[in-house]
Amino acid sequence: MVLNSQEAATFPGQEGKVVEIADVMATGVLNPSHYPARRAAAVVQHYLNTQHGSPYRWIFLSTVHSGSAEEVTEGRKYQLELTMQEVISNVSGKCSAKLLFPGEEKPGAPQVQALCAELLSENITAQEEAFYQQHRDGKNLVSGENIPDSYGHMEPAMKPFWQLGGVASSFIMLRESNESTLYNMAHVANFTQLETEKDQLRFQYHVLLHEMISQEIIHWKMLFTWSPAEGVKVLQTELLPKCHCEVPPDTTN
Amino acid sequence: MMLCFGSVGLVLLALDMQKGHGNPDSAVWNRMETSERNYYTRYHNMTEISEWMEVMERENPDVVSSMIYGQTYEKRNITLLKIGLSSPERKKAIWMDCGIHAREWIAPAFCQYFVNELLRMYKTDTKVHKMMKNLDFFITPVVNVDGYTYSWLNESTRLWRKSRSPGPDGCTCYGTDLNRNFNANWGTIGVSTDCCEEEYGGTKASSEPETQAVTDMLDEMSQDLLAFITIHCFGQFIIFPYGNPNTLPPNYNELMAVGLGAANAIKAVHGMRYTVISPDILYPASGLSQDYARQIGIPLSFTFELRDTDEYGFILPEDLIQPTCEEAYVGVQHIISYAHDKAFYSSAAAVTTTLWTTLMAVWVSSATLL
Repeated sequence: MVLNSQEAATFPGQEGKVVEIADVMATGVLNPSHYPARRAAAVVQHYLNTQHGSPYRWIFLSTVHSGSAEEVTEGRKYQLELTMQEVISNVSGKCSAKLLFPGEEKPGAPQVQALCAELLSENITAQEEAFYQQHRDGKNLVSGENIPDSYGHMEPAMKPFWQLGGVASSFIMLRESNESTLYNMAHVANFTQLETEKDQLRFQYHVLLHEMISQEIIHWKMLFTWSPAEGVKVLQTELLPKCHCEVPPDTTN
Repeated sequence: MMLCFGSVGLVLLALDMQKGHGNPDSAVWNRMETSERNYYTRYHNMTEISEWMEVMERENPDVVSSMIYGQTYEKRNITLLKIGLSSPERKKAIWMDCGIHAREWIAPAFCQYFVNELLRMYKTDTKVHKMMKNLDFFITPVVNVDGYTYSWLNESTRLWRKSRSPGPDGCTCYGTDLNRNFNANWGTIGVSTDCCEEEYGGTKASSEPETQAVTDMLDEMSQDLLAFITIHCFGQFIIFPYGNPNTLPPNYNELMAVGLGAANAIKAVHGMRYTVISPDILYPASGLSQDYARQIGIPLSFTFELRDTDEYGFILPEDLIQPTCEEAYVGVQHIISYAHDKAFYSSAAAVTTTLWTTLMAVWVSSATLL
């Protein structure tokens, strides 16, 4: 029995006064196109990218087939059947996932388990290895900015760095997600490659995340490493405060 | 030749266009190309769109007239194009607006595309001709002119959403979310009272001149308007009233059926899935323009959220403008055709048959749409 529910959107670092009405969470069988299932599915997407993402592997939700939710002592538990798609190779695969959104007593990141068939079947070893070797010796450290540009374009050489940014952002998006959020990476403001350390490529990124329910754009800085063997490991993240100090440029005619 | 956008007009626009962005080596989307097909596959700033409206009117005087129906906070004109064959009798009408949210650039691009399609086809396509004969289209390419202009300033303003009015006393931030500012359950849910936030709904319902301009037009035309369509991105949704849970519009089933028909039509073009939904079960919201339209009696009220689902989000690459517009056109036309046929062809019985046929076809063919 699906109950209608309303809720407040909140997000980190803000005293946002979002108008809220009493919370009644959907429980039982979920409608796959309604928001409770959709938001939980996005969390699975972020999880899969933290586990498997790379400059050549970036996973997105394709379809929610079915889902259910229940109250448990630790919080709220979801079960989902999904199809996910890897957007670089266009390979799709079915996934079964379980999530736990922790309750108020012990707040924290959602916990996810997912089993997917065929999603990771494309062999990207050669591309990852080539990218890794190309950038590991530190002679020509790469940097970039404004990816994509305002027209949605990026230099072909920047595309793996954009994809890598999306994957690294998934760590933040996973950590920040709850049942009232729906995140995606909106833009890479800039990135800089740092010296390779312990065989890991190292990067500093400034990304803009978009949260759908509040429509907010949230700036994060991240320090992370990547190698084909280790995948992405995020070392540091920093939330950049929203500037309330605008002096508008003179746009009046 | 059926081109309604003369090459002279296009050359003038090309000279005005911003230079120096994007990949100049790409042959696929050379910004300096002036053929008609390439114009509608690029994003255009407010100056270009304004000039384009002038060209549309000048080159199609029999069927296009422009109308300034309000001013933004920064005193820019809010302009629509009225498109239709002239008639001695009072005509039924369709309202479509784009660009109420500044960063949703694909929306004004679609309004331009839509106008061009009408003008390109009405002389030779019997269906489009019939629409143009029986209906007037009122199309606003950019409602939030200030916000859209601001989003073109530089990279850091690209993701601006709201209008550009200053906040109330004590709040230093700018802008009201125009699609939370309409007088439809204003200020109740899914809206912020913090003027620094993206969904700030304004100091009161219809506080913003842009909202007031659209409201005044809808009020004036409500007897004649068969459909209200507002274009946004992203997400690939077809949304209908209401944003407020536990309130259903009286013609909920009709709206759902027509929406599903539109989504089906969209899917047939490039395979893209658009979910048909009311916002209360997507994310609740109040003060929506679609809700206002429905509340004043416009029966078919829809919000389109165009491509994509979340990979590029607001910053949709230009090479996706064309396929997005192609499918959106078909989706919007489905709604317009339904509205037209309901008004002009007959009896409730025939309309009911159409409704049920649509519903059955959709249920049978695509249960996954729901």
